[in-house]
Amino acid sequence: MSYDRPALTGSVLEILRSIAPEVEPAGIDLTRPLRHQVDLDSMDWLNFLVGLQGRFGVNIPEADYAQLITLDNVLDYLRERLRPAAA
Amino acid sequence: MIEFKLPSLGTDMDEGTLLQWHVKPGDAVKRGQVVAVVDTSKAAVDVEIWQDGVVAELRVQPGEKVPVDTVLAMLLAPGEVAPSPAAEAAAPVPAPTSAPTLALALAPATTPTPATQRVPEPARPSAAARHPVSPSARRRAKELSIDPDSVSGTGAQSSVTLADVEAAATHAMPSPAAVVQNRQKEMRKAIAAAMSRSKREIPHYYLSETIPMAKALAWLQQRNEGLPITERILPAVLLLKAVAVALQRTPQLNGFYRDGKFEPGVGVHAGVAISLRGGGLLAPAIHDTQAKPIEQLMRELADLVKRARAGSLRSSEMSDPTITVTNLGDQSVEAVFGVIYPPQVALVGFGSVAVRPWVEGGEIRALPLITATLAADHRVSDGHQGALFLAELRDLLQQPQALAETATSTPSQEGSPT
Repeated sequence: MSYDRPALTGSVLEILRSIAPEVEPAGIDLTRPLRHQVDLDSMDWLNFLVGLQGRFGVNIPEADYAQLITLDNVLDYLRERLRPAAA
Repeated sequence: MIEFKLPSLGTDMDEGTLLQWHVKPGDAVKRGQVVAVVDTSKAAVDVEIWQDGVVAELRVQPGEKVPVDTVLAMLLAPGEVAPSPAAEAAAPVPAPTSAPTLALALAPATTPTPATQRVPEPARPSAAARHPVSPSARRRAKELSIDPDSVSGTGAQSSVTLADVEAAATHAMPSPAAVVQNRQKEMRKAIAAAMSRSKREIPHYYLSETIPMAKALAWLQQRNEGLPITERILPAVLLLKAVAVALQRTPQLNGFYRDGKFEPGVGVHAGVAISLRGGGLLAPAIHDTQAKPIEQLMRELADLVKRARAGSLRSSEMSDPTITVTNLGDQSVEAVFGVIYPPQVALVGFGSVAVRPWVEGGEIRALPLITATLAADHRVSDGHQGALFLAELRDLLQQPQALAETATSTPSQEGSPT
């Protein structure tokens, strides 16, 4: 499955909104820490990751959480792992 | 006959609006079964029944707002025979015994035709006799989740038409925004009432302890490593478990203060404070937290958060908590000093885990720390017991493996790490 960046962003935002319905996608700054912009507690964050896994089949180890600060980080992380399939 | 009354679903609730019955007269019910949905100021709650029996009569109709302790339904105890079935059958009076003034049924009460058709099971008293429902109306009603028999018909012989169903649906659903706004207002009022009562009546005392979390977090990290996301355990769950186990030593913090005396809780039903998006909070219980393995606690917590936000909690979860645990979360502040939720007698608060300086063996180290606080009721316990509790909590969190293993066994005195 191949995702270009806008499609990937759209999918990720969709998952985010399923957890935080009040989020305005246009109001999200991709380069600022996500959890400073959206009120996500640890359970919400976990559900966000579960959502990503469900959509993209990417299992994100706990050790990698620290890399996923901004939405840009999340998108890069996913693209990195989706690339072989996208080739 | 057993009276099934509207239970109190928390101190801040003194009335509720019956939204829906899940049972009808003649149905056998089992203890713990959800029989009705009641709207409180905070949320719609699935009300469970507390004994086995057979529903004999529904006394309150959907739409009615009634005070706590109002008899909602009459039940026959197992084996009991209806006192005088003939008399009841002979009286197909649609007007129920309960106050009809509050009734706000979907159907704006068209004159009920006398019960000419004999319906096998007694019809909903509010709907009197059933009108014919056109197939398209029935289909549409199903899509809209309305009971077509509760809709007043304008068709031939008062039959219910497609248009009737759609009109009823429009009436039934005020705009979602209005509902949300109203709910928030009501919830703020409910919180105000409960917290004002707490501060008026409960002589709070407060204690605080900084707890090193390095061991607990390292243990969790190791445990979660390689597991799929859905099987990972959050630190919040380990904290919850630690609170429940620590309470075994200080039962004066777990239970209720009612009618001038303390009633210790049977088991720890930890009320978990869950903040709702858009404001407000609920603190439904995880029953017997002390006895459950952390894997199960994690599943139950995830489920509880989901249901609290979706507004589908059970009555026992709302009325049972013996203590509240509030965890402000990992993105938050250092400490929280809570307000006890009456009639409970204590509240445990956790701030965020953060790396801060800590002195150990004469050296300053940077370690993840958490500040645990206790707000407790001085009518029931003293600072000494409160301090014992926080010290026990701190010690338990230094032996995470043993803590996790107290799950299934009876609380052992010694943690024996394997």
